[in-house]
Amino acid sequence: MTLAALPRRARLDLSIPVLLALALLLCALVLLPLGCLAWYGITDKNGALTLANFALLFSERTFISPFVTTLGIALGVALLSCLVATPLAWLVARTDMPFHRAVRLLVMASFVTPPFLGAIAWEILAAPNSGLLNQWYRALFGLDPYAHLFDIYTVEGLTFVMACYAFPYVFVLVANALERIPAELEDASSILGGGRWHTFRRVSLPIVLPSLLAGALIAFLQAMTQFGAPAILALPAGFHVITTKIWSLFQFPPQYNLAAAAALPLLVVSVLLLWGQSWLLQGRGYTVIAGKSGAPRRIPLGRWRWPALLLAFAIVALPVLLPYAALLKATLVRTVSEPLTLSALTLRNFRFVFLEFSATRLALTNTFILGIASATAGTALALVAAFLTARRLVPGARLLGFLATAPAAVPGIVLGVALFIAYTRPPFVLYGTLWILLIAFVTIELPAAYQQLQAALSGLHPELEEASRILGATRLRALRQITAPLLRSSVVATWCFIFIGAIRELSATILLTTADTKLVSVIIFDLNESAELGAISVLGIALLFITFVTVAIANRLPARGRAGTVP
Amino acid sequence: MTRTSLLSAVAALAALGASLAFAAPAPSPVTPELVDAANKDGKIVFYTAMDVEVAAMLGKAFEAKYPGIAAQVERSGAERIFQRVGQEYASNIHAVDAIDSSDVAHLLYWKQQGMLAAYRPDDVARWPHSARDADGFYAANRATLSVIGYNTKLITADEAPKSYADLLDPKWKGKIVKAHPGYSGNIMTATFELSRALGWDYFKKLGEQQIMQVQSSTEPPNKLALGERPVMFDGNEYNALIVKRRGAPVAVVYPSEGTPLVSGSAGVMKDAPHPNAARLFISFLFSREGQQLLVDNGQLRSFHPDIKEPADRVPLSRIKVLTADPAEQEKAIEEIKRKYAEYFGT
Repeated sequence: MTLAALPRRARLDLSIPVLLALALLLCALVLLPLGCLAWYGITDKNGALTLANFALLFSERTFISPFVTTLGIALGVALLSCLVATPLAWLVARTDMPFHRAVRLLVMASFVTPPFLGAIAWEILAAPNSGLLNQWYRALFGLDPYAHLFDIYTVEGLTFVMACYAFPYVFVLVANALERIPAELEDASSILGGGRWHTFRRVSLPIVLPSLLAGALIAFLQAMTQFGAPAILALPAGFHVITTKIWSLFQFPPQYNLAAAAALPLLVVSVLLLWGQSWLLQGRGYTVIAGKSGAPRRIPLGRWRWPALLLAFAIVALPVLLPYAALLKATLVRTVSEPLTLSALTLRNFRFVFLEFSATRLALTNTFILGIASATAGTALALVAAFLTARRLVPGARLLGFLATAPAAVPGIVLGVALFIAYTRPPFVLYGTLWILLIAFVTIELPAAYQQLQAALSGLHPELEEASRILGATRLRALRQITAPLLRSSVVATWCFIFIGAIRELSATILLTTADTKLVSVIIFDLNESAELGAISVLGIALLFITFVTVAIANRLPARGRAGTVP
Repeated sequence: MTRTSLLSAVAALAALGASLAFAAPAPSPVTPELVDAANKDGKIVFYTAMDVEVAAMLGKAFEAKYPGIAAQVERSGAERIFQRVGQEYASNIHAVDAIDSSDVAHLLYWKQQGMLAAYRPDDVARWPHSARDADGFYAANRATLSVIGYNTKLITADEAPKSYADLLDPKWKGKIVKAHPGYSGNIMTATFELSRALGWDYFKKLGEQQIMQVQSSTEPPNKLALGERPVMFDGNEYNALIVKRRGAPVAVVYPSEGTPLVSGSAGVMKDAPHPNAARLFISFLFSREGQQLLVDNGQLRSFHPDIKEPADRVPLSRIKVLTADPAEQEKAIEEIKRKYAEYFGT
């Protein structure tokens, strides 16, 4: 290398300014809406300072009870997700269970499914009277018309549905962590006399724990700030969670200040959670990819191989197989609760969606464009932010990490309002364009993307980057040539993650779309209000298809700079 | 003269001119010139709170008649449309050409804000005076009833409720589906009319019946068709009749206390990006052809005098209806929302 021969100072290292600029962008992206939110929370309609919003919030029963319900549900979702995802991830990532790739694909499918679509599908399956499962139950035991086994319109039903579409977060993180455990660490434990269980508890589990906690945290925050599934399942049951309560404050005449105040406690809860997480993990950093490490090995299950597969399929039936079977049925018939007979079959739903309904094509195009754009911008931003904090390259790196995680605490619907306030007046008139949705999606997806890349980066020893730096590369070049390729699977995963997130997003979108910037999620929600289950199902299945094709292409992109860089 | 006073003088003159011009709107026929100009616009964006399939069908019928113009139909709940238009206009986005709402108070508000253009299609000249704006900014393009309904597979006609009073019977506990006045303009109007006819005490008792709460007034008939609940408290007559015609086991009841009549109104936006197509579309909407389409395929009620009533439904003249004064209703909106949240929890 000729460059390395030059004296260091003679070369211009743009890394620090570029990194700083991105840090500033991050601040703007996150602080602007949060600032708006805080300001609205402590003022009244006329802009005068007041604490009246909070006084109302903590004294009125109609506010306290949604808070309590929301926290209970979020906790339930996080626990349920961990309980299901951890064994499933272990089976898929570390054992010789047959068809583990198929199981992973199905988990992927539940990840891709927007929770509101899942909620609609579970309405078809488990509504107390018309639900298909309840119909079968009545037919099987010859019970009277109103007897039912499941009632999806309950707190438990909502928790279950939200866990169905939150557990993949935990699964992905834990499975990735399990795959990164080098076999020699486990071998060392066995050689030293540790049994399989001992090895798992003392070696594997501690390595996986940060990812498990990160996953639980994301599941909790997702459940706490989600709007779609509660709007579909909680309102018919006659109870509110905090997001639907906030949404009801936007109905005419809107009470923005109260809504902002109601969102602030969510922010406090997530700050406490993040703080708790870092406290728990103190001094438990494990570097698993260093300059030299071996590949993980699959554990033979012996005669438990097939029972394990059965268990795995039973788990993925709940978020994927049953709901999509229900949606598929809904696409083919007029009334989904009717028996599936030849005479009931119709193409009406397809005709309606693709020929009669004028919003379809525009919404599909917009959704696709936005998905790609948010995924690309979001991944770049999250990678830089994670790099800065993991390597502590700028002062206040911890603060930056907090900033990147903070939007997780802002319900999409509140972010929607904040962005609406910020970008409807000069100099930034973005409302009515796809840009405002892009900003919303990047901001919303940043925390999870950042967490994921940060977790991957902390498992990556800096010695490889240092080697590159010693050979004369700048920080940016080291990031591009060494770190990014090593993180390739994490980077692609993050990209897909944001793409999927953008497709799933509804709560901010619903306030920020106009006739020309309509998305599939919004038309599904609008159609749900008129109970057009057939049309919803057609669109939902189209969405799944688009996502799968995109993700498959993303995963097959040639690995740039991979050959020759990594030994 | 200072700049400000000049501006205000101009504004005053303009307002005077406007009020003179709109005082007695001349009925506008569909002229070849209008069709030509509309063809040049090439597109019409229609925001509507009508049922999505009925609205889509109307758009397709318009496109079939005027092949050079694409009709983009945007359907949402009346309250959400109101919110969205407010947001768009606050940001200077003029996307909507023609607009329809099931809450006539919205049209009144848009008129007062100067957002509507005065335009009276010639058919509307024959409308009853109570069903159109005197200044020609909007008129009722459709009406429906908020009816009681039941699933005929789950209950017989004998068992079915005949009146609102019947629905307080404990045997209906957990069996009723109902739409929300905070979301639906139709239900807002119906709730206003019923709160005056039956009293709030009635709703308090209804709140104890563990109703299933849905949002749009188009939704309860579909829940009935699915068999999710055997009875609906409120919901659009036209949706119930549509699903019934498709063979779903749904029947409609016109309660003995009277049935709330809800009309939806439509008009042209002043800043419509496609002003001529907007006028042509509104003319089509109010024409006998457009109205008959809404009646035949959409099962809506129409104020057009030449409409042929379908044989398979009860004509409006034989139904005891409840009506509302929009101005009174607007004053009561806060009260309705507060009471509703208190009695029903959402």
